[in-house]
Amino acid sequence: MSWFQKLLPPKIKRRLGETKKTVPEGLWSKCPSCQTVIYHSDLEKNRGVCLKCSHHHRVPARTRLDWLLDEEGRFEIGAEVLPVDTLKFKDSRKYSERLVAAKHSTDEDDALVVMQGNIHGVPVVVAVFEFSFMGGSMGSVVGERFVRGVQVALGQQCPFICFAASGGARMQEGLLSLMQMAKTCAALTQLSEEKLPFFSVLTDPTMGGVSASFAFMGDVVIAEPGALIGFAGARVIQQTVRETLPEGFQRAEFLLEKGAIDMIVDRREMRDQLATLITLLTRKPAVAQAVAA
Amino acid sequence: MKVTFLDFESPIADLEDKIEQLRNVHCDAELDIADEIKQLSQKSANLTKDIYAKLTPWQISKVSRHPQRPYTLDYIEHLFTDFEELHGDRSFADDKAIIGGLARFNGQSVMVIGHQKGRDTKEKIMRNFGMPRPEGYRKAMRLMRLAEKFGIPIMTFVDTPGAYPGVGAEERGQSEAIGRNLYEMSELRVPIICTIIGEGGSGGALAIAVGDAMLMLQYGTYSVISPEGCASILWKSADMAPEAAETLGITATRLKSLGIVDKIISEPLGGAHRDYELTMQNVKKALQDALKTIEEKPVANMMQDRFNRLMSYGKFKEVEVS
Repeated sequence: MSWFQKLLPPKIKRRLGETKKTVPEGLWSKCPSCQTVIYHSDLEKNRGVCLKCSHHHRVPARTRLDWLLDEEGRFEIGAEVLPVDTLKFKDSRKYSERLVAAKHSTDEDDALVVMQGNIHGVPVVVAVFEFSFMGGSMGSVVGERFVRGVQVALGQQCPFICFAASGGARMQEGLLSLMQMAKTCAALTQLSEEKLPFFSVLTDPTMGGVSASFAFMGDVVIAEPGALIGFAGARVIQQTVRETLPEGFQRAEFLLEKGAIDMIVDRREMRDQLATLITLLTRKPAVAQAVAA
Repeated sequence: MKVTFLDFESPIADLEDKIEQLRNVHCDAELDIADEIKQLSQKSANLTKDIYAKLTPWQISKVSRHPQRPYTLDYIEHLFTDFEELHGDRSFADDKAIIGGLARFNGQSVMVIGHQKGRDTKEKIMRNFGMPRPEGYRKAMRLMRLAEKFGIPIMTFVDTPGAYPGVGAEERGQSEAIGRNLYEMSELRVPIICTIIGEGGSGGALAIAVGDAMLMLQYGTYSVISPEGCASILWKSADMAPEAAETLGITATRLKSLGIVDKIISEPLGGAHRDYELTMQNVKKALQDALKTIEEKPVANMMQDRFNRLMSYGKFKEVEVS
């Protein structure tokens, strides 16, 4: 608490607290790409896309779900699964403490939020990474929630969509986190057997163990503009090859050029595009007709 | 071959030097020297036993990377006959950091695939220090599909610092290549036996290590990130690698207790490189047993067991949600 806050009467103090909670990043946001200062509410109305340069800001998982899914018929999946510190992992800080701090700052229990819902009336299960929770790292809870999401999609016979935003595997869970790569991929084979589509949306950033597991296993692989996507981090590569990296290296546009992804979709078009792709792939009528029916 | 000793083995190295010197001494009292050598050798063995009885994870990590440790080609030479190496991914190149081919194991056809490090500088460069590029993983998958087509069991040998972090590797889809292997190995309808023979370096190791049995040599390691890498990220200093190795839980015993490794294959005193023959015998026995157990199951059961094993990975708690 600052000296200024200490001086305030309790009522105003509470006000300050409330304000902080509803608008977590303050009233203004500065675009990291073009440095323009934007009203937070304007940015939010524009789906977290900079009004000036179209830079796609990182957004919380629940905000994304809110933009994506119809208001009616949302159910969260896997919220009952919570992290444990099996290895009693400790670096400069204990893993258990990092978990508490991450929960405090994000209001999430782990780095993946999974929901069943509808996009323009088309049933889907959507898993979204929360990058603010320990860099969206994939540990046991992320893997398990992912699998439970796939199981619901199997049960409901509906498509599964994942929005990745992750630095990779969660080191603090040791090899258990590496195994989540195999676990998530194996779960997806079941969708494939049932001919249910998996859409993988790669957002900024999708790296390491998340990139090198289910992320590229989508029947359709989509990326958001400018998203950083790759296996190894730029710093590691630079240390290894000792040469400057090509322009735009590991950005969504670079991956499209190299043939690694199907398409780049602007976040403001994402909901409609996904609805179209789902209906095309599952041989259903176009969305407007589906809603009317 | 003269044994290369690691830093923590320096007392053993000193003793062995002494023994070597004695051997080279020519004098009249041959008998006394023989006796002396015998005593010192016994002392060296005891010392090795003492040191190896309490190896730290970081020391184990050094043993797993020992320059004289048996590599995949050594296993192929000792455990298999009729090895026919198959090359290339059919799209881009033949990655020499992964080798694979058909061979016989006790007379039976198998597909052998493994990371390969190099011994001398020239070979190390050719093998890219055992760090595969996407082509390597795609070659491995091509061979595994071939094995599946003809009902041939697959045996993989894992020994890599990790997948190669290079510009070209990224451009050609390192992520996709690894992910594809994880995905497809979980549904290949032939037995897959994976053995960690040295260094199990993260995704680059896992990409040929999804299967029905996970075997691991006593002084092998398997980790989500190298101790050095972890230390430089979390402690901001690679000097903290010993601490990272400790907390990451990368050793065979630790991984067996976590349910990731099924069987630990014991190594000769002082590590696999001190006695190839004994190492090979132990690995052969473990491979035989694993193959027999898996082949006794109907394919459907094998597939179900593999799937259940993959789904069981992870530790978490469950609570009631209101």
